[in-house]
Amino acid sequence: MDLSSINPILLLASLMVAATPILLAAIGELVVERAGVLNLGVEGMMITGAVCGFIVAISTGSPWLGFAGAALGGALLALIFGVLTQVLLSNQVATGLALTLFGLGLAALLGQGYVGIKAPPVAKFPIPLLSDLPVIGPVLFRHDPIVYLGITIIAATSAFLRYSRAGLILRAVGENHEAAHALGYHVIRVRLLAIMFGGACAGLGGAYLGLVRVPQWTEGVTAGAGWIALAIVVFASWRPWRLLLGAYLFGGVTVLQLNLQAAGVALPVSYLSMAPYLATILVLVMMRSGRAPGSLGQSFHASR
Amino acid sequence: MNIPLLRLTGLTKAYPGVVANKDVSFDIQPGEIHALLGENGAGKSTLVKTIYGLVKPDAGQMQLKGAVFEPADPRAARAAGVAMVFQHFSLFDAMNVAENIALGMENPPPQREIAAQVRQVSDQYGLPLDPTRIVGELSAGERQRVEIIRCLLQDPKLLIMDEPTSVLTPQEVSILFETLRKLRDAGTAILYISHKLEEIRALCDAATVLRLGQVVGTCDPRATSARDMAELMVGSSLHVPHKAVRPEGEVILTLQKLSAKAPHRFGTALRDIDLTVRRGEVLGIGGVAGNGQDELVAALSGEIRTRRDMLMMQGKSIGHLAPNARRRLGLLAAPEERMGHAAAPDMTLTENALLTAVTRQGLTSRGFVRWSKARDYASAVIKGFDVRTPGPANTARSLSGGNLQKFVIGREIMQNPVVFVVNQPTWGVDASAAAAIRQALLDLADQGAAVICISQDLDELMEISDRFAALNGGRLSAPRPAQGLSVEQIGMMLGGAHDMEVADVEG
Repeated sequence: MDLSSINPILLLASLMVAATPILLAAIGELVVERAGVLNLGVEGMMITGAVCGFIVAISTGSPWLGFAGAALGGALLALIFGVLTQVLLSNQVATGLALTLFGLGLAALLGQGYVGIKAPPVAKFPIPLLSDLPVIGPVLFRHDPIVYLGITIIAATSAFLRYSRAGLILRAVGENHEAAHALGYHVIRVRLLAIMFGGACAGLGGAYLGLVRVPQWTEGVTAGAGWIALAIVVFASWRPWRLLLGAYLFGGVTVLQLNLQAAGVALPVSYLSMAPYLATILVLVMMRSGRAPGSLGQSFHASR
Repeated sequence: MNIPLLRLTGLTKAYPGVVANKDVSFDIQPGEIHALLGENGAGKSTLVKTIYGLVKPDAGQMQLKGAVFEPADPRAARAAGVAMVFQHFSLFDAMNVAENIALGMENPPPQREIAAQVRQVSDQYGLPLDPTRIVGELSAGERQRVEIIRCLLQDPKLLIMDEPTSVLTPQEVSILFETLRKLRDAGTAILYISHKLEEIRALCDAATVLRLGQVVGTCDPRATSARDMAELMVGSSLHVPHKAVRPEGEVILTLQKLSAKAPHRFGTALRDIDLTVRRGEVLGIGGVAGNGQDELVAALSGEIRTRRDMLMMQGKSIGHLAPNARRRLGLLAAPEERMGHAAAPDMTLTENALLTAVTRQGLTSRGFVRWSKARDYASAVIKGFDVRTPGPANTARSLSGGNLQKFVIGREIMQNPVVFVVNQPTWGVDASAAAAIRQALLDLADQGAAVICISQDLDELMEISDRFAALNGGRLSAPRPAQGLSVEQIGMMLGGAHDMEVADVEG
């Protein structure tokens, strides 16, 4: 066992990369849930995004178009969920679970001809000046643009929910849809938009796995990341910055346990692989304080 | 004659199986307080929702200041100068006052400005309110202030108020009336929906009475007696509860220094409550909402357990017992919130009857439910208390508020309680149902049970109580005979006006 082989700066830098897919998927789901909708199809939307992104990136040669395609694919899949639950009033839990199964199957089908092909590389984008800082530079400012995009979305979502009129309406719809309707807000329209945003974010997160983390298409590439994203939303009490913390914690322990495995720690690998899940849930449960949006998971029908 | 502010002509709205409004026509003049009277189900709510743009009429027309008025949604209605305070408040618990107000405005200014405006309006109309407080922590009266201020900030031409006083104390009501009069004097018309006739006589300039969706009459409430209006509303003569003189019975329930911690963050702790209740009496407990009413009911029903000797019934310590054990001894309770507390909304009336009556009516046998017996019991309650529903297989949610209230009260009373605790028995219930419920409570006392009636409606308490006590900050005043208590004495017992600026508006 040689712990000195673990470089803390490299560890922190790779933590941010490891956390990005869950971060993206989770912030999308956070917005969906704040609008009062429980979409359990995150895993399915992620993997559909991953395969769409991969196909677009291979056929155009541009990973950026790939990410755009992933967001679109995720949003379209989410729209199916939206129409089913919001317009046709199907049960959200059942529909979400079905969406996951459907997404996994759809991705396997679409990805058949792409197994083993290598994705076009995603260039790093070190931020000028800041990336030259000692320690902080390599940890924070020498990543690919999607890592920055993830953090930007967190900050933008937090500001949107807290300060903007549209964010206030979104929270109102999630908190008490009857009252929001009585005040003349379009509950279903707001929810459909939120659901599509959630799908787009999940798609981006999935594409990050397929284009950057793994960079090739393999079936089941998401490996449960969507479920972790769902859990992090709840344990983060539906708050964007806490969600960032949860995702980094998860990413950090993931990277650390990989490093420990490489360093040959005398612990069975299964325990090490469990560690990220256990640590994340443990810490977020201890910090947990908020309450769920008042109308979460309930169908809305303007009957009166 | 002047052009009316709002003219309704032939408004008709039908839902499958029921005509909610049929050819409704009347005028509202600028600067008048116009009462809309009617029992539950008379079509008042549908009518005001039509005016507020939530419901589109099948036929008929509305004119606002002479121009055709067809609001597509509430925003259009608000833009035209129509504002509404809802009966069941349309507020968002997890948000603060300023955010709630911003949601009800068309083009809200930034939060800081709203806060300043709220302070200004609340000073002007004597409605104290802190814009930064979370709405979930406010009392019913304060929540109503949020709704009213939300409307006032939009400078409405017509303010619709749907049963605004049903949850207010007398002091709060007088402040509300003072506010409404100030608004009227400033030229705002108010459409005031209520079935409290004395209030309408004190406040309103004109009244339109609805029955079964149709206008059955108009009157000048200042010149018409409450009884005449009630009969117009109900369509038959109204039953007034009859209070018999009863001999003083033995002590049945004793509370000794009953204390309990607040059950949740927004709750009230109970402090050293001493009380004895006798057979055959109705003990009325008044107080401003949020002073421990819910907690007292919970401590009596067994939802909150206390030390065993804090609560004695017929010489037995029962403070530690669970609700079903107390029911077995004859201590039954009906909490305030019908939907979700007294009744499970999506379960049938049979299942709801079973939930509390299972012990005393023997509705199970060896762990299995005796459905036919449960159904018979539910049917008996429906029949005995004139609950209007097709049958016991309907869900609790499908009943109107008054009917469900009759059901949940009837469900307990028909179990022959020894002590019956009830919180807000007639909240949001129309006049004839309220009279029936009060009569049932009096009949129960006549049969030798002790009734503890907690209510915000002091007229109700004065009508049925033998003794009166007040809750204030989780403490209970010493009970006094209800007969001959003056409004001032009651006000003193309630502990003054609770953060109300009475002085401001009394002048």
